[in-house]
Amino acid sequence: MRGPAIDEDLVAGVRDVSPLMLGIVPFALVAGIAAVDAGLGLPEAVGMSVIVFAGASQLAALELLGENAPLAVVVGTAVVINLRMLMYSASIAPHFAEYGRRLRAGLAYLLTDQAYALSVAEFDENPDRSRWRYYLGAAASLWVVWQVGTVAGVVLGAGVPDAWGLTFAVPLVFLALLVPAMKDRPTTVAGVAGGAVAVVAAGLPLNLGLLVGALSGIAAGLVTEVTGA
Amino acid sequence: MTGALASVVASPRAWVAIVAIGVLTYGIRLSFIHLFGRIDGVPTRLQRPLRYVPPAVLAALVLPDLVTLEPSVAATLLDERLVAGLVAGAVAWRTENVFATIATGMVTLWAFRFVVFA
Repeated sequence: MRGPAIDEDLVAGVRDVSPLMLGIVPFALVAGIAAVDAGLGLPEAVGMSVIVFAGASQLAALELLGENAPLAVVVGTAVVINLRMLMYSASIAPHFAEYGRRLRAGLAYLLTDQAYALSVAEFDENPDRSRWRYYLGAAASLWVVWQVGTVAGVVLGAGVPDAWGLTFAVPLVFLALLVPAMKDRPTTVAGVAGGAVAVVAAGLPLNLGLLVGALSGIAAGLVTEVTGA
Repeated sequence: MTGALASVVASPRAWVAIVAIGVLTYGIRLSFIHLFGRIDGVPTRLQRPLRYVPPAVLAALVLPDLVTLEPSVAATLLDERLVAGLVAGAVAWRTENVFATIATGMVTLWAFRFVVFA
C-alpha cells in the first residue's frame, strides 16, 4: 500500500524526536568546538561526525588526539565507549528482521542512543507503525542536526577566545549523560569508581587513564552486583 | 577532491583514527541487526558488564576534566572547574536537561574565572 500512510510514519518519527534536539544541538556544537580545540579543521570535524556519528566517542577521541595520545589508545577508548550500542543492536534487531540486508545495513548506520530508545518504545506501543520509516524519520533527523551542529560548532569554536574555556562544555555534556546513567546502586558504584580511578590514573603514560578508569568502573559495578554490597 | 586530499595530508593521524573508529563503531551497530536469526541476543555473560559501560566510561571522561590531583588538598579542591562541575551536576540531577547543565556549568565557570578568582 502506498499513500499518505507512508509519510505518516516518517513524520511521526521526525515529530517525536524533535523535543530531544534541545539536548542534541549543544552536544553537536561542542563536538565542533572540541575539533577546533584539538587542532583539527572543518573537513576533519565533519568527516568525524559523518563517519563515526557517535557523540561521546567523538569527544573522547578529539580530547585524546589533542593530547597526542597513541592512535591505538584513541581508537580503543572510542570503541569501548561505543560498545553499549551492541545492546541496542541486539534489542532492535527483531524489529528489523523482515527487511532486506541492504536496508538493514543502512538503518544500522543511523543507530544512536536516542533513535534506539525512541523507536523501541514506539514499536511496543504502536505495532501498526512502519518500523523502518518511523525509525528513519527519527534517526535521519538526528543525523542532519548533528552535522549542521558540528559545522556551527567549528565556526563558533574558531571565533571565541580561549579564555572563555568553551571546551569545558565537553565534560558538562558527559555530566548530563552520566547523572541519569547512575540509576541504581551498582551503576552508581561503577560511576564513582570509574571517575575516581581515572583521576588518580590521569598521569599514566599513553593517556591510558581514561581506559583504566572505565574498566575499573565496569569491574566495580559487576562486583557490587554480585556481592549485593 | 584536492581539498579532501589536502586535509588527509595535513592531519593523517586524525583521519586514521576517524576511519578506524568509524569502521569499528559501524560493526558494533550492525552486529546483531545483521546476525539476527543466527544469534538472537547478547549472551548474558556479555550483557552484565555492558550494563556498566555508560556510567563507568562517562565518569572516567568527566572527573579528570574537573579535578586534577595537586600536592595539597586545598589546591586540589580550590578549582573553578570542580565548583562549576558540582553546580552543573546538581542541575543535571534535578533537571536531566543537557542544555540547562551546560549553561549553568559555563556561567559558573565564567563567574569564578572572571569575577571571584580574577
